[in-house]
Formats: sequence, structure tokens, C-alpha cells
Amino acid sequence: MEHFDMALVDWSRAQFALTAMYHWIFVPLTLGLSFIVAIMMTIYVRTGNELWKKITKFWMTLFGVNFAIGVATGIILEFEFGTNWSNYSWFVGDIFGAPLAIEGIMAFFLESTFIAILFFGWGRVSKKFHMISAWMVALGSNLSALWILVANAWMQNPVGMRFNPDTARNEMVNFWEVLFSPTAINKFLHTISSGYVLSAIFVVGVSAWFLLKHRNVEFAKKSMIIAAVFGLLSSFYLVLTGDESARDIYHTQPMKFAAFEGLDDGNVSAPLVVIGFLKEVPDPRQPDVDRFAFKIEIPNLLSYMVALNSNVFVPGINDLINGNEKHGIMSYYEKIDKGKLAIKALGDYKDALERKDQVAAAENLKVFEANYAYFGYGYYDDPNDLVPNVPVAFYSFHIMVILGVHFMILFIVILVLLYKKKIEKTRWVLYVALWTIPLAYIASQAGWILAEMGRQPWVVQDLMPTLSAVSNIDKSSVVVTFWIFAVTFTVLLIAEIKIMVSQIVSGSKNEGGH
Amino acid sequence: MITIKHIINFYTEGFRSMTIGKKLWLIIFIKLFIMFAILKLFFFPNFLQTNFSTDQERSDYVIEQLINNK
Repeated sequence: MEHFDMALVDWSRAQFALTAMYHWIFVPLTLGLSFIVAIMMTIYVRTGNELWKKITKFWMTLFGVNFAIGVATGIILEFEFGTNWSNYSWFVGDIFGAPLAIEGIMAFFLESTFIAILFFGWGRVSKKFHMISAWMVALGSNLSALWILVANAWMQNPVGMRFNPDTARNEMVNFWEVLFSPTAINKFLHTISSGYVLSAIFVVGVSAWFLLKHRNVEFAKKSMIIAAVFGLLSSFYLVLTGDESARDIYHTQPMKFAAFEGLDDGNVSAPLVVIGFLKEVPDPRQPDVDRFAFKIEIPNLLSYMVALNSNVFVPGINDLINGNEKHGIMSYYEKIDKGKLAIKALGDYKDALERKDQVAAAENLKVFEANYAYFGYGYYDDPNDLVPNVPVAFYSFHIMVILGVHFMILFIVILVLLYKKKIEKTRWVLYVALWTIPLAYIASQAGWILAEMGRQPWVVQDLMPTLSAVSNIDKSSVVVTFWIFAVTFTVLLIAEIKIMVSQIVSGSKNEGGH
Repeated sequence: MITIKHIINFYTEGFRSMTIGKKLWLIIFIKLFIMFAILKLFFFPNFLQTNFSTDQERSDYVIEQLINNK
């Protein structure tokens, strides 16, 4: 580790996190609002009710604002791959290339063709074709997300590839294994359903504001019904996919799993921490501490959740570091040794090739391939460096889950009040709905913080740590671009909020406008 | 030909009748200009493409980084 410029690594990480988080402010609303608009337009086409046309146009305009401000913010991430993360880009190039190329060709064109029809099509194309275009925009937006999430899932659980020691690249050997790995499926479904919930909260919250102002009451209530039903169904699905994701993480990233539960010592019949507060500790990665100042836990539930069996052993941070022979867990010490062996064998293999010593090359290749699964561990000497920041993982997970429960309860309460025709009189619920909009964004960001911070130090699980993925460039250039991005994205965000608010205030008075 | 004319008219009239859309397109163009004409050009050269001319050189460099930076 002494060879690495950790300041460069940290700035590169900070820059990537900044751009990814800003990008993710825009994406989830696009994912979900596109479907909500398609549902509203379908109701309009089926009923011919002009109020539904007005409703569709209004939400479509907000979708357009969000889409326009957010479009291409993800391209910055691609720039960063090539400049700041060149080792990583080369290392994963063939795996990332295919999904991203498919995204560019298929989803982007699908999305951008039909989005023009969606916005320009009023009175110019048939109602039915217009409605189909709305569904195609929704489908295209979600397909765009599929490919980048498949690529991200591969980083969390690299499958379907073989490392070529001659080119230093992971080469895809099974596209379907990459596309349909449980990690990819869970990540895609959980991420898009989180976008649906966020969008539903957005529509419910804005509609609540109309009701609080006694404006566009029927308009707001109809929007609220669609969003609350869509949000509630998506919430149920979010719970299911979240549960599946957690089980997948238990198998593929057990350290992340232990970290987000704050589990230092493994247990048979492990309890689930529902709410907890962590003590301040000098080193948050240090496992030998009593972490909790306070916690409420449900006995046996963690074990039950991971295997539907409360007698299953769930390894803690200490079990992963020190190993646990009884439960067949290899220690990080042993993995570090194997990783160092793999790195050395790769070097010896290259040397042998240069000397044209085919026998030595074959022997070293064999050693390398036998230990490649632990390659990334070889960059470390201290296993504690392989533990993520536990408080960050713990709090981001619990904030996400607690807010998810809040959203579900809110949708149910809203639907009950709408059914009982008491929604306008229950003003405190309307205020809660309005102020839940920022909470939805916090939950959504927390999910990604958990996914990305929780898997540290890996950029590709077990194979490539973040510190060996960065380019050997001048730190100052990363610092400069960090601040350029911070300013640019903040200006974009302010622009979005201002345009959104002005559209919300004025848009429902007329017919939306685009 | 009629179909192509229809498509062109569809887009032309659509852009002409935009209200908030004009402001959004302006934002998109400014954003794309900043991204591609400034950031990509001056701040984000592709490290391996810029510093090496062949894939073999790039491979050798990355391998060396992977082996020696431990």
C-alpha cells in the first residue's frame, strides 16, 4: 500500500461519488415518472376525459424538465473512467464494453425517438400511437438503466469472465451469466423499483401541496390516487427485491453484509438490529470494539432472513478477518497470502515469457489462475484495511430501510384518506407527504452509499481494490475538476428546482405546456 | 418523400410550439458544450489512449501497475 498516493485515490473517489450522486438525483424520477405519465395517458385515451389530458400534460412537463436537466450527466462518469480510473477501465474493459454499447444503441435510441413523439405528438399523431409512445419512453428509460446496473452488478459480483494475463483484461466468456447473475437481476429490480417509489412520493407530495393551497383539487386527488397505488405496489416489490438483494450480498459480499448490520462476531440465530446508535470510535473499521451505544434487535431474524432458517450462522467482521474453521470461512490473512501469490505469479509469468521459458511461464500461469480469485487481497498487509467504514454502511442501510417503511405507511394512509374522502381535511398528512419528497431522495442516495461505500475497498469485488484502479495522474487536476463539477452540477440542480417549482406553481393553471 | 416531409414537419412544428422546452434545450446545449468542448477536451484526456500508442503498450503498462504497485 505504501506505493499508492492515497490523497489521489481519495480525491478520485470523492469526484466519482460527487458526480454519481448528482447524476442519481435526476435518474430515479425519470424511471418512475415515465411510467406514471404512461398510466395517466392510458386513462385519458381510454376515458377521453379532458381532466386526465391536463393531468398527463402537467406531469409530463415535469418529467421533461427532469429529463432535460439530467440527460448526459452520466457521461461525466465515462470521462472519469478514462482519465482517473484508467487501470480499472482497462482491467474491466471487455465486460463493460458490451452492456454499455447495447445501452447506447438500443435503449437510448428507443428512448429518444419516442420522447419526441411523446412531447410533440399532441393532436399530431393518433391517441393510441401517442399512448404507445409514452409506454416506449418508460420502457426505454428503464432499459437504459438495465445495462449500467448490469455493469455495476458485475463489479459487485464478477462472473462470466476470464482474466487474460497477456492483455491484463477481463474477457467475457458468458454474456448471459453477466446479464442474469442474481446480483444483476436484484440490483436492476431493486434500483428501478426504488425509482418508482421516489417518483410516486414526488407526485403525492406535489399533489399534497395543491390540496394544502386548495388549488386544482380534483386534479391533485386523481394524481394522488395513481401515484399512491403505483407507489404502494412498487413499495411491496421494493421490499421483496431488497430482501433478495440482502441475501445475495450475504453470499457474495459477506463483509458488506456484516458491516451494514454492525455485526462484529458471527452468530447462529443472529439477531437483526432494527434501530441502533453507534458509539464514536477512533477507527470505524476497527472490529474489536463494542460498537453500539443503543440498539433494538429482533432475535434470530437475521439468520432467518438470509436462509429462511434461524439456525444458520451469519459471519461477523471478526469471523471474516480471522476465519472460522467450524463454518468453513477462510481468513483474510489466508486470502492476503493467496493474493500476494497471484500477483507474484503474474509477474513471474511475464518474466518467463520475456525469457521465452515456456515451462516456467506455464507453471506460473497455473499458480496465478489457482489464486486469481483472491488477487486483490494481495495489495494489503493488514486485514483491517479490508473492512469498510462500518458506521457509514450501518446508517445508510438503516436510513434506507426506515424511510422505505415510512413511504409504505404514507401510501396506505393516503389511499385510506382518499377512499374516506377525508384527505383535504387531514392537513398534517398533506404536510408529511410534502416533506417526504426530500426524504425519498435521501433514501435513494443512502441505497447507493450503502452499495458503493459498503463494498470498499473493492472496485471489483476481491479482484481489484480502489487504490490500484486509479490512474497515475497529478492529484491537483482531480481537485480542480472536482470543484468544476461541484459548481456545474449545483447550478444544474438549482436550475432544475427553480424550473420545477415555477412549472408546479403555474403549470396546473393552464394545460402544462412543453 | 411525403413521409420524410411529414417527419421533418413534425419535428419543426414541435420545436416551434415549445414553451418551457426552449429553455430546456438551451440548458442541454450549454451543458453539452461545457462537457465536450471544455471538460473532455481540456480536463479529461483518456490516460491510456494519450500516453500509449498501441494496445500492447497499454497492456504492458497496466500489468506493470498491477504487479509493482502492491
